[in-house]
Order: sequence, then C-alpha cells, then structure tokens
Amino acid sequence: MPNETSDPKLSEIDTMKSRLSVLLPGITLEWSEFRGQTRVICPANQLAKCLSAFREVGFDQLTDLTAVDLLEYGNADDRFEVVYCLLNVESGLRLIAKIYLNEPDLTIPSATPVWFGADWLEREVYDMYGIVFSGHPNFKRLLLPEEFQSFPLRKDYPVKGRGERHNFPVITRAES
Amino acid sequence: MPLELLESPDLDASKREGLWTLNFGPQHPATHTTLRLVLQLDGEMVIDAQPDIGFLHSGFEKLGEVLDFNQYVTIVDRMNYISPMANEIAWHHAVEKLMGIELTPRCTYIRTIFAELMRLHDHLLCLGACVLDLGGATAFMYAFNARETIYEICERASGQRFHTSYTRVGGLLYDVTDDWVAMVKDFVRNFPKVYKDFEGLVMKNRIFVERTRDVGVLSREEAIAGGATGPNARASGVTRDLRRDEPYLAYEDLDFDVCASQGGDCYARFQVRMMEMLESIKIIRQAIDKLPQGPIFAGDTGKAGIPDKKEVYRSIEGLIHHFENIMPNRQMPAPKESIYAATESPNGELGYYIVGDGTFRAYRARTRPPSLLHFALFSRLIRGCMLSDVVAVLGSINIIAAELDR
Repeated sequence: MPNETSDPKLSEIDTMKSRLSVLLPGITLEWSEFRGQTRVICPANQLAKCLSAFREVGFDQLTDLTAVDLLEYGNADDRFEVVYCLLNVESGLRLIAKIYLNEPDLTIPSATPVWFGADWLEREVYDMYGIVFSGHPNFKRLLLPEEFQSFPLRKDYPVKGRGERHNFPVITRAES
Repeated sequence: MPLELLESPDLDASKREGLWTLNFGPQHPATHTTLRLVLQLDGEMVIDAQPDIGFLHSGFEKLGEVLDFNQYVTIVDRMNYISPMANEIAWHHAVEKLMGIELTPRCTYIRTIFAELMRLHDHLLCLGACVLDLGGATAFMYAFNARETIYEICERASGQRFHTSYTRVGGLLYDVTDDWVAMVKDFVRNFPKVYKDFEGLVMKNRIFVERTRDVGVLSREEAIAGGATGPNARASGVTRDLRRDEPYLAYEDLDFDVCASQGGDCYARFQVRMMEMLESIKIIRQAIDKLPQGPIFAGDTGKAGIPDKKEVYRSIEGLIHHFENIMPNRQMPAPKESIYAATESPNGELGYYIVGDGTFRAYRARTRPPSLLHFALFSRLIRGCMLSDVVAVLGSINIIAAELDR
C-alpha cells in the first residue's frame, strides 16, 4: 500500500526503476538526479534493448532526441552524448536517457520502431553530428542540403563555417 | 533537395504508376514562409507527401553556444516569430532552472500575462491566416486588428513591437508601468467582442466547417507516439497541458481549464485554439488583478539580475553589480550540469536542453521545436485527402518555418 506521507512521484520512480531492472537483467544503468529530473546512463551496445524496455514501462512519447559534442567539455572521457527525453503521457513522468559514443564507431540502432516520432529527430542529429542510426526507414540529411560535407554542430566546426555556400551547385533557369 | 531523393520509402514502383508529382512551395502563399512539399497525386487525391525543409536554417543552435544566456534571447525570439515572447520565456525558464534561480512574484505574473498574450497572438494568426488561405479574407482582418493591440502592449513594456527581447536571466528588461496595466485591462475588456465576431465569421461558417471537418485526422495513438503536443495533441484527445501538469510561472495560483477535443481533425484543432483563447483571457484577467508589487529581479542580493539603470548610473554599488553581471570573465557561472526544461508555448511543448560548463553561456543549447514534430506528422495526415485540403491541414497544424529550421 502506498504510504500517505510519501511523494507519489518518488514511489513512481522507484517502481519504474525496479521494473526496469527486471526487464533488463545484467545491464547496469547508472541513475542520477538533478533539480528533480531523473537521468539514466545506458550502455551504448545495449541501446535497442534499453529503448524497448523504456517503452515497456510506460514511456510512450519520445519528447526530444539530441546529441552533445563533448570535445571541449572539461575532462569528459567520451566524444558524443546522445540524449533521449522520454515522457509518460498519462502520469507525466519524465526520464532523460543518455548514451556515450566515441569515434570511429558512430552507429547506433534507430528508435523509430519504438516511437515513430524519432524519424526527423534522428535525421537532424545525423545532419548536425554525423551519428548514424541503423534501421531508420528514410535516412538522409534533414535541414542541410545533400551536398553538404561537414557536421556543423560538432565543436571542431567553426562558427563562421567553411565557405560551403560558395561551393553549392548553381542551377540556371535553363537547366531547371 | 532533388526530386529523386524525395521519393517516399512507403511507395514502391508498382503503386507509383499513373501518379503525377506536384511540387508545392517553397514559394507559395499558403506555406507562409518557406517550406516545400512534393505531392504524389492520383487525380486530385493525395497519395503521398514528402516534406522538404531547411530553407530557413540559420544555425541558431550554433549561435547559442557562442552568445551568453542574456544575449541569446535576441535569437530565440526569432524562432517562432508569431509569438516571440513565448520563446524568450521558455529559454529563460530553462536557464533559470539550470541555475536554480527563484523568480520574484511580480516577475512571474508579468511573464504569465505575456505568455498568455502570446498565446492569443499565435492562435489569432493561426486561425486568421488559415481562413485566408481557405478563401475568407474578412476574418483575417479581424484577427490582425486584435493582434495590433498586442503589439502595442509589447511595445509599451519593452520598446519593441515584434522582437521584444524582454526577459533576462532572473527577471525582465524593465518593469511595467501603470499605463501598461491599463492597456492590458482595456484589451481584456474588448477581446470578447472580437472573439464573438471571429467565431461568427469562422467557426459557424458552413464553407469553413465543410472544408475542415474530417480532414487530416490525427488519432490519439499517433499523436502520442509521433510527439505531437499542445493544441494539436489536445484536439486528438491527449489532455496534457504543461501549465497544469508541470506548473511553472504563476499558473498554480490561477484558475483555468485545459481545452481538449476528441475529433482529431482540422476543425477540432481550430476549435481547441478558439477555446484556449477564452481561457487565456480568463488567466490574464486574474493575473492583472492580482499583479503583485515588488522587485522584478530575483534575489535580495540581486546577484542574478541586471540592476535598474537608475542604480547603475547613480550609485557605486549598482555600477559594481552591473559590471559583475555583464563582464564575460565575472558573470555568474552555470553549474556543470545539463537540464531539459519545457513550457507550454502556443504551438505545443517548447523545450530547451541546456548543458552548462561553468560559464555564463550554454555549452549546448538545444531547442525542441513543436513545429518540427508536427510537420513530421504531415504526410500521415494528408494521405487520402484532396489537393485542396493540403492548405487546410498545413494551416491547422500551424507550422512556423523559422522554428522548424532554426
């Protein structure tokens, strides 16, 4: 029976954690909290399993999917962090799941089979960071043109750009 | 993007026979800004639509890593330029959550009033412009007349009609004056008349109803798994509103209802927006009556905010305080942590994922734009509709390309 005095949100988080440990045997999840936000670090090689387990415990919406380039971030050990912001629409519980990635292996399984809303979010992450999502149904750049070679939100890409605009192919009226 | 790259993955060659391809945009009056659709048509029926975006991509998120928390506010209000202040409030909400700053009551109330004015601003344009696209110019003028008053209210508070850049970390650029309060009260008094006119012209207009009802239906499951939020999700029966579910600013003290519908079609989305306008007026009316007195910047020591200009020019303490908060090597450091914080913007959940690195600027400033996830749903909504419905569906999900592409 739930205790009257305890915070319902907290017991919900504990239930979620214990259900996850049953669903993911042998996988160590690293939990932390900051300003009331629950965060978890998953092992990158077990990502697909973790994502379907998160879906299983009630996180039915992928609110956001993004990445961070940790190249200039203090004494970070890894190069990239991929962040999944999950939400349980019914209860309003949020979870931030992270994985760490290093070059040269920047391929991770796509989340589109679990939440189809991941489609454009994954394409944007590829566009900006060059992280490849395998199993995505329509994988290509989203915002930048196909001819673009770099990944502009990486920290080694200059704010001013590398003059790509001058190299874009020019289509004349006669050709179009 | 070239046409051959925009071929739909779900449409194989056998189904493609006899279809014709229509390019829609990027320059088209109904796209409002620049977005492109490649439609596959069977006669007048849309079999598939592939959106092509990125025409307005300007690297805002890269700029967010260069500018400090106060400077970047001038960029965020250019994202959803239909409701600029809603972006500013969301951005500084996330920054304040990262830094752990508690706002003063007066500041939260002023921000709440502005957030709701922006909701009216956005919904009026969304409704007005869509009706214009569907062929009714009159309602558009009524909507823009009301929006003009909101512009004037913004100008009175911040000195700028459009890109107000009004919020600051822990406070606001200026305090509001008594005549601003009078203007808002005046607006609240006059709005029900505008609403009544608008409702009569649009929501009870038979042509409008027939063109939007049962068009572009979004089911509840699709809305949840696809990441739809805000009025678009509420029109599909997802009764989630961050103002009620994760109260921020002054929403906890104010009485309002969450508007939702079960329809899921274009008409339901417009209906939810219409109902929300009345709730916004209710919130503004309560907030302006309760508007507390006191400082607008957080903290007694004033550490978080920029001091009043009078203090800066007339006292050495004020000058030092100003200096400490403006000079790049002396500003308040953000913790070496990351946070995701979201507000209920007029279009849906507008979130920011900020990574702090111990300085007064973001190491990573990710925007979660509601338009991006809504536009990704577009090809699902339009399949099986007529060519003329494209405009109705586009208008009803309220895509703002500047926010979509950033």
